[in-house]
Amino acid sequence: MSQNEQQRGRRAFLKMGVYTLGAGALGGLLPGLGSRAMAAGTDEALIKAARHEGRLNVIALPPNWANYGEIIPAFHHKYGLRVTSASPNASSAEELQAIRTLKGQSRAPDVVDVGPSFALIGQKEGLFVPYKVPTWDSIPEGMKDPEGHWYGDYFGVISFGVNTRVVKHVPHSWDDLKRPEYKGQIALNGNPLRAGAAFGAVWAAALGNGGSLDDITPGIEFFADLAKRGNYIPIAARPATLESGQTPITVDWDYLNLAYRKKFKGRVAIDVRIPETGVFGNYYCQAVSRFAPNPSAARLWQDFIYSDEGQLLYLKGYAHPARFNDMVARGVIPESLMAELPPSEPYKNVRFPNAEQTKKAQDTVGKLWQKMVRT
Amino acid sequence: MSSPDRAETAAAGVVPAVSPTDGLAPPMGSRLGDGLARALQRLLVAAFFVYIVAFLLLPSAEVLVGAFRGEHGLTLRYVRELLTQRYATAFANSVELSLVTALIGGVCGLAIAYLAVSPRSPHWLRTAVTSFSGVAANFAGVPLAFAFVSTLGTMGLLTLWLQRMGFDLYATGFSLFSFSGLAVTYLYFQIPLMVIIISPAVQALRREWREAARNLGATPWQYWRYVGLPILMPSTLAAMVLLFGNAFAAYATPYALTSGNIALVPIEIGNVLSGNVMSSPQLGKALALGMIAVMALAMGAYALLQRRISRWQR
Repeated sequence: MSQNEQQRGRRAFLKMGVYTLGAGALGGLLPGLGSRAMAAGTDEALIKAARHEGRLNVIALPPNWANYGEIIPAFHHKYGLRVTSASPNASSAEELQAIRTLKGQSRAPDVVDVGPSFALIGQKEGLFVPYKVPTWDSIPEGMKDPEGHWYGDYFGVISFGVNTRVVKHVPHSWDDLKRPEYKGQIALNGNPLRAGAAFGAVWAAALGNGGSLDDITPGIEFFADLAKRGNYIPIAARPATLESGQTPITVDWDYLNLAYRKKFKGRVAIDVRIPETGVFGNYYCQAVSRFAPNPSAARLWQDFIYSDEGQLLYLKGYAHPARFNDMVARGVIPESLMAELPPSEPYKNVRFPNAEQTKKAQDTVGKLWQKMVRT
Repeated sequence: MSSPDRAETAAAGVVPAVSPTDGLAPPMGSRLGDGLARALQRLLVAAFFVYIVAFLLLPSAEVLVGAFRGEHGLTLRYVRELLTQRYATAFANSVELSLVTALIGGVCGLAIAYLAVSPRSPHWLRTAVTSFSGVAANFAGVPLAFAFVSTLGTMGLLTLWLQRMGFDLYATGFSLFSFSGLAVTYLYFQIPLMVIIISPAVQALRREWREAARNLGATPWQYWRYVGLPILMPSTLAAMVLLFGNAFAAYATPYALTSGNIALVPIEIGNVLSGNVMSSPQLGKALALGMIAVMALAMGAYALLQRRISRWQR
């Protein structure tokens, strides 16, 4: 056990070295950026208080998701705090549950990264404490609670991840997916009532088929039609099923599909397409726990991931950071990074739902999905 | 077996102790050992009760209370929601799927166990069947689902082979992602589980009973009707209840296979309890309460049946 831990520690340490190099290279690409971000974010007293606490507890941050595998070590390296990352694959519901049940314990989460509807639940239950990061003003209005209980950190849009070894003609639009050649090839990453990406995919299909943020029904009808044609298969898509070709067209967040493209490079060519119409996005929210055992470290973490440096790390993992437009306007995004992203054109049409619309869409999907989508 | 043993050692411990002429050491030792054994026994029983309370009673109580607790005190809202069409369908699907796979799995498993472990069957067959069952009964969850997808899915190996031979499996209406597909997948672990748990009962069928029946003029059919099956019936029923529970609680396999397109109770619980889209812990508890009720009914039915069937044994 202890030997195991030691090994894990060593591996993490080795990995950290690599990440640090990466972060250093990034800094080199952007001369002056680090200091500018610091100028906005430096609060010596906060850094000192956080250093005094010496550690930070995060939860539900998978290393292969939105580049958290690089963000966490970068934070550790910069401020020397030990970061404990608990249950990386936990869901938003489980994050809130962790705040409730671990209250008062030293291993309780300091910060959470939850979907918007869960951010509202947490706020209503008084699980978060408001905090405004130095870069607060450049976070888009629609993505933050005015009092600072929670605010969006990054967003993704629904995309088609296509295994081109199996699929000869890459689909461009929702309409394309209905072609007979895609029989048995189209999958979501789970149940739209449970997996956020699958829910987003249904909504994106609605936007592309005459629906709206207020009306998700056309999206359900679209998948019912795909199922009738035999094109939609209900297998819960995973990276391995996309790679092996069991789910050759996987409808998922762009940052996940793009990360798979990079991961499978040299083995399988994955093409990532944002549908021309029906561009649906959703974001995750950061919030500081009211019962954080390391409250200063929690705030320092927020300062870090909302700094240009932190936000660029998200983009390096193909997740669009909340302050993307601000950073584009200020020209702080390196060309090489932009070149790896899909064409920026469709992103201009991205639509985000609000809490009320989300609640309504959930009810509709809950009532209709199993009844209408028959496989 | 064990109680006379214990009485014996207890007597041995007490009797010599009252006779002062005997050496003191051996009785002392045995009394000490006896005390230790009793203390150990009590400790183990206590540990068992702690276990039952911590992992069965407390969670059940939590589920029971949580299902009726709303934002503003007690409420029947969540339990009433179980009666809506969506959750009623989930319960109906779950019960039907569990019942079908428990029955088919039970009958097939019993037949295989009889053919493989009866005294007349060759030794290698018995070894092969029991070791395969041990592995297959524990092969479930996401790996099993994907194994079936790559065998029987729309692009599966077997599907494509059959297609090449001119038989389109999916044209017959079969789909791996439908109720029947789920049932087939469940049977992959239900049948071997049945083989494992029923084998001891099958092995206990004595050859002499069959010989005696035959000597008294019974046909093989009569032997099974009046001797074999009645003896096997209580354990077969018990095993089938276990199979029912096993299928009823299966979660990862149906989720990976159908993404919850066929409503099942465990999947609905997962949706409201630990998803990224909805959150309603109380509804999850109400659903869990419903599961406990269904299992209690199944156990009750089993107890009733068993009492009727085993009446003659008393």
